[in-house]
Amino acid sequence: MVMHNLSTWDWETGKKLIVDTGKWKNMFDGVEEPYASPDGERIVAVVKTGDMEFRVCENDTLWESTFDKVWYLKFGPDNRLTALVSDMGAWTVSVDGVAWENTFDFLWNTKFGADGKNITVAAQKDMEYFAVTNDISWEARFSDLSNLTISHDGKRVAGVVPTIPIKQGDIFQFQEGCYSAVVDGKTWDANFVNVWGLAFSHDSDHVAAEVRTSLYDYTIAVDGVLWDKVYSSVWMPQFSPANGSVTAPVRIAGKWTLAQDGNSFWDRSFYQLWHHMYSPDGKKIAAVVAPKYGRWTIAVDGNPWSLTFGDLVTDAVFSPDGSRIACIGKEDGKYTIAVDGRAWGETYNMVWQPVFSPDSRRVAAKVEKNGRYTIVIDGKSLKKSYEALWDPVFSPDSKKILIKGIEGDSEDGKYFRQVLTVTEITG
Amino acid sequence: MAEPAINKKDEINKVVDEGIDKGIARLTPEKIKQVINKVLASETGARLKAYVETCVHCGLCSEACHYYLSHDNDPKYSPAGKVKQTIWEILKKKGNVDPEFIRNASRIAYTECNLCRRCAMYCPFGIDIAYLMSIVRRLCHMLGVTPLYIQDTAHSHSACLNQMWVKEDEWIDSLFWQEEEAQDEISSLRIPLEKEGAETLYSVIAPEPKFRAQLIYQAAVIMNVAGVDFTMPATPGWDNSDLCMFTGDYEMMGRLKKAHFETAMRLKVKRIVMGECGHAFRSVYDVGNRWLAWKMPPIPIIHAVELYYELLKEGKIKITKKYDKPVTFQDPCNIVRGKGLHEKARYVVNAICEEFIEMHPNREHNYCCCAGGGVINTGPQYKMTRIKGNRIKAEQLFATKARGAKVIIAPCHNCHGGIEDINHHFGLDMELHFLGDIIYKVMEKPE
Repeated sequence: MVMHNLSTWDWETGKKLIVDTGKWKNMFDGVEEPYASPDGERIVAVVKTGDMEFRVCENDTLWESTFDKVWYLKFGPDNRLTALVSDMGAWTVSVDGVAWENTFDFLWNTKFGADGKNITVAAQKDMEYFAVTNDISWEARFSDLSNLTISHDGKRVAGVVPTIPIKQGDIFQFQEGCYSAVVDGKTWDANFVNVWGLAFSHDSDHVAAEVRTSLYDYTIAVDGVLWDKVYSSVWMPQFSPANGSVTAPVRIAGKWTLAQDGNSFWDRSFYQLWHHMYSPDGKKIAAVVAPKYGRWTIAVDGNPWSLTFGDLVTDAVFSPDGSRIACIGKEDGKYTIAVDGRAWGETYNMVWQPVFSPDSRRVAAKVEKNGRYTIVIDGKSLKKSYEALWDPVFSPDSKKILIKGIEGDSEDGKYFRQVLTVTEITG
Repeated sequence: MAEPAINKKDEINKVVDEGIDKGIARLTPEKIKQVINKVLASETGARLKAYVETCVHCGLCSEACHYYLSHDNDPKYSPAGKVKQTIWEILKKKGNVDPEFIRNASRIAYTECNLCRRCAMYCPFGIDIAYLMSIVRRLCHMLGVTPLYIQDTAHSHSACLNQMWVKEDEWIDSLFWQEEEAQDEISSLRIPLEKEGAETLYSVIAPEPKFRAQLIYQAAVIMNVAGVDFTMPATPGWDNSDLCMFTGDYEMMGRLKKAHFETAMRLKVKRIVMGECGHAFRSVYDVGNRWLAWKMPPIPIIHAVELYYELLKEGKIKITKKYDKPVTFQDPCNIVRGKGLHEKARYVVNAICEEFIEMHPNREHNYCCCAGGGVINTGPQYKMTRIKGNRIKAEQLFATKARGAKVIIAPCHNCHGGIEDINHHFGLDMELHFLGDIIYKVMEKPE
């Protein structure tokens, strides 16, 4: 979970023009899509300043360095901006315009710990693969690296790597097991046919993974040790923040249920069950489920809401106190937000992941209708619409909400940071 | 039509396939029976029963099959004949079949049936024989008797979530490379990566970054000129293809489709546009999504033919001068029998080409290219199986050539693979292109 230091942000200034991004179009040969910082104080974009020459424009200022390629602009939870940059084909990470010392042949998949202090990327150099955190590379090198995963505190990094060289077309060697998980550069002792989604325990000491031990046997491995049961399939495991046990969706006799440490956990099964998640205190588990074929909803501790959607359910989130759940639902092509089994009345062309207020009483979401964006709180819409908008953030006391958006039409481009009281929207 | 008598000695193909041979060596009659009965009991039901009990053995399906027609009406190659040699026998004997039977069944199911569903249209009861052959493939997968090449591709899918062992950085770098190349032609062109909230996610199959990168280039030019608000992912989930669907590894098929649709959901796109591939369309629009319990794709997904149709119809792509060589059009099974895109495809062809000469039969009655259904993925040792099994396609194309066609347009990668082989073997000497190749050539581009 991302931890912004909200108390240090400006919650007093109402509406503030940060920059008119519209003028960027006249200043540069090209402007890519903008990104706003979590606190809304900065807006950035990759801009083209010459033939194969790119820079990062931040509010009114250009980063000093020019690059032959810049991509993957990402703000960390602490509002620092990272970019993956290439100078003459040598790649590195630039953090707020300051480049790491080391360079690589390619970098991708920037990850942050919850407080943003640790920045990790996947790296390739001389066709060897490894992870790099804050410019410090793993000593170990591998022939590939996928599923890069960072612990909650950002201090540990895991991935999936080949541990035995696979000869092209040698299906029998592959089926013996040539992959393992790697944690901070050290692989597990055991090899598997496949390893996919990885999860760290909340104390960062343990890693669980979904694995396949033959073409037909799926299970969960925790620190390389397999559960003693196999299934016809599994999805991503999670650690309980309360007691460190591991749960995962498992497929038995054509239906899905939730297992814990290799034992049955939920007493009912579904046509689908995935993306399970714990409440912050670890006392509840919710998951996206299909209780009927082609109908989707949220199940809490195995009990599905009566409200279902035909197209999809996604982006579920627990409230900070664990008492409430919100998600995105889609029916007949229209999106909405559902909270605790009730859908908002309005539907939209697109909806972003809902956001709970710190006191768990309010739910807000960025929505889009007919190409214009706005913010909705508890089903009530802000009257103003925007050309571009970023996810809303509630103030620590839950009374205010930060709106970050570009007003006007596509020819305009004034980017504002605005703090509103919640009641200005909800009435 | 007489149904074939089963003569195992005649049936055993001389092709050496380590995937099948080693798999067979590990089988015992007990294991075969146990796996078959488990799969039939837990994964089949009313649909299989209805098909089996409805079939009156009339043989009307025979004339639908390109293998049957290409082998001088040999009943062994008729759809009903293939069913008789495989699933009927399995059901009749309640799984009491020997390893050599399974070898034969594997060869038939993986290399002598393209799952093209043409026969279903000729069956008076609409029996989907491709479904029956898919059950045979599922049984062979569960028994570990799959052709080596397609199994290796399935392994790539499982390890990399794409079919060509493309690593995460290689995928992204390929997109950068194509973007840079295309910027030499249109300086403002972009292939936006990870653009959250774009209207469209553009997805391709792994042979595109690996061998046919110009298709990504061309698609980027088309979408940039037309003003399509699109993005491509920088994560696994970009490959919409699915050979696991064809080996019978449905669990892996589900994993691939989950990754694909969740990539689209993460990027908050309104729809997915996929490149010119047929089999992948079957996986995302019909089989894979439904295995996951989505009745329909959770994010609407359209084939490139539909995108081109829209762009041309709405005037977003303008043609400078129509392509002047006479063309014919290969209807890919999975988008024509799978979604009825034949008229839209013809609208596109007529909009971009001066002269369009139909091959016959056409539209939903067209013959398969004999590469689809994973057959081309079974490897080079089966190349002649495909070529001999589709002499009828060569005859069809010769007839079309005699009427003036010089170019075949096929909006499907497998169709390209199959027709290229037929083209060379039979000396057709026709050009073969994707729709995107021709649109790129004839469209208006900024100076």
